[in-house]
Amino acid sequence: MRLTFKGGVHPPYRKYTSENPIKEIGIPEEVIIPLSQHTGAPAKPLVDRGASVYRGTKIGELQGFISANVHSPTSGKVKRVFEWPHPVALKSLPAIIIEPDGEDTLDENIKEDADYLNASPQEIVERVKEAGIVGMGGAAFPTHVKLSPPKEKPIDTLIINGAECEPYLTADDRLMREHADEIIQGAYLILKAVGAKRGVIAIEDNKPEAIEVMERAVRDFPDFEVAVMKTKYPEGAEKQLIWALTRRQVPSGGLPMDVGALVQNVGTSRAVYHAVRYRMPLIERVTTLTGGALANPGNYLVRIGTKVEDFLKMAGGLAEEPVKAIMGGPMMGIAQYTLDVPILKGTSGVLLMTAREVELPRERDCIRCGRCVEVCPMFLYPTRMAYLIKNKRFEEAREIGVLDCIECGSCSYVCPARIPLVQYFKYAKAELRLLAQKA
Amino acid sequence: MNTITISLIGMGAIGLAMALFLLIAYKKLKVHEDPRIDQIDEILPGANCGACGYPGCRHYAEAIIKENAPINLCTVGGPDVTDAIGKLLGIEAEAITPPVAVVMCQGDESVAPRRAKYHGASSCRIEHFTTNGDKFCTYGCIGLGDCVEACQFDAMYMGENGLPVIIEDKCTGCGLCAEACPRDIIEMVPRDQKLFVLCKNKDRGALARKYCKVACIACGICVKNAPEGTMEMKDNLAIILDYKPLNDPEVGNLLQEKCPTNTIVYRE
Repeated sequence: MRLTFKGGVHPPYRKYTSENPIKEIGIPEEVIIPLSQHTGAPAKPLVDRGASVYRGTKIGELQGFISANVHSPTSGKVKRVFEWPHPVALKSLPAIIIEPDGEDTLDENIKEDADYLNASPQEIVERVKEAGIVGMGGAAFPTHVKLSPPKEKPIDTLIINGAECEPYLTADDRLMREHADEIIQGAYLILKAVGAKRGVIAIEDNKPEAIEVMERAVRDFPDFEVAVMKTKYPEGAEKQLIWALTRRQVPSGGLPMDVGALVQNVGTSRAVYHAVRYRMPLIERVTTLTGGALANPGNYLVRIGTKVEDFLKMAGGLAEEPVKAIMGGPMMGIAQYTLDVPILKGTSGVLLMTAREVELPRERDCIRCGRCVEVCPMFLYPTRMAYLIKNKRFEEAREIGVLDCIECGSCSYVCPARIPLVQYFKYAKAELRLLAQKA
Repeated sequence: MNTITISLIGMGAIGLAMALFLLIAYKKLKVHEDPRIDQIDEILPGANCGACGYPGCRHYAEAIIKENAPINLCTVGGPDVTDAIGKLLGIEAEAITPPVAVVMCQGDESVAPRRAKYHGASSCRIEHFTTNGDKFCTYGCIGLGDCVEACQFDAMYMGENGLPVIIEDKCTGCGLCAEACPRDIIEMVPRDQKLFVLCKNKDRGALARKYCKVACIACGICVKNAPEGTMEMKDNLAIILDYKPLNDPEVGNLLQEKCPTNTIVYRE
């Protein structure tokens, strides 16, 4: 039996692009680097209008403990620092707008360290922090923070997350197939940085090629093994993955480090390798561009800051009129209001869906079937929480665990009454934050 | 025959014993409550809206007697209720004129375009907190009517242009609508205020202009033309500091005319 968690759903996977090799997309005519691409405080801009920047030049400095640097993805001139539509905030936020010169000259401070595998843990964390690396699976939590756990919470197990349980997305699958050696070296560096004893590379069993390649790659690294997971959504969710692999439960309101675990996405792992070996900041990533509206869906190596509009054009444009654009996967991704939004460090996929793929259901009354309770991987009581939230009884919703909701969308997906359950939970979290501020 | 007699006597005896017990309990265990609480509760409108700061009318009545709460807090009842309570308690208090709700947004569909179609739960608060709204302007009215639903006095309705309308004669100034609005667009203002900055947008001028034709673009013309100390610019938005000098028709009309985006409105 394959490793897995309790609950979850089986949406149609529609991984149309798993056989499309990663293709480099090139440099767009305009690059938008939002100062806030991560969880935490936005970066402070270091450049102003007219400044010359190069590939890898630091243009925004982290502010505070949970924050991350941002870098220029190519050489050119800073046009201005101004508000620009942001795909996560869903409003305009300050961004550095750069006009590339097409030369793509590398910043002269970026030099290779041939002895990178012997870098000390402090050096690894420092280079990761300097490179502005954040979690590339979607949540975009600054990686250097995760690599600096407090002393009283030692980490023994490192999990490299290649589950990629979201439908449509194939970027991590391709990354593992094509860059297994870089991923495993990055994983080794992370393992060293936190002093973990064991490393596990978790892959769902619907990616047999990736499993094979990774299994070959771990042979040189005795601390690592490949774990084959059952294909089920949300297998790649942090808490579910930890439980499936170690049978340890992250406490309510706690972090993986509370149970001695650390989870990093395969893309992040590769970025760590580039940061430690080449001192290369995070300025490009592999993103799946897919959905029925596209002429050439595929996996693309794209510069951070490329506008979705330009990304589309460079990838061959549209075949059909899209009705919905989503950044991320279809289960947890965020619907967009404009294609001007840039690709961020955490953008794992861009979906352009046609009217045939999108359902716009009307909410009906709960029929008490209990399917949401059955599938909830956090063992919550979604229909009860939604009822309380509709009646503005937020405190009671908190008591039965609304803050533990990981917003995976399994309940909304199975609900036959089409109740937008996760929307209610996200809303309740916002109201509870407001109540806490007032108190 | 015998059975009926016995049961009648038996039941009667039990009934009498119970009645006696209740009588004693009523006399012995009676809670003495100031009768004035009931009287004040009678006078109060009974809307339980919470505008006075207490959960309901009964709580407010108790607070007046037990905690010496001011008697002029009920905006719904207004001066009449204050007078009646004053007469009952033999105290006098200056009746306050209740404020009135004003919708500080003019961004209807014709001037503030929508950026997407929203398909979620039908509530302004939910839409605001989960999607930041379907208008380009992230400060403007969302238009799903949380305020209208909150109003207990039928003093509001959603206008045809998608913005709420307040029936000033019915508005009691309780402030429930202002509390319901996730974007603080509804403000409770003094009834005699005549000049309003009908915008809440804090974006920079260039963006605000793009998002809505009647947005405050922070040009500062009003601040220059207004008497000193009555208006200021804060976070790219004109703010009224002291409304009284601005009620002067000459000043009010001038400011309304000078505002390039018609954000400032003078209502006679």
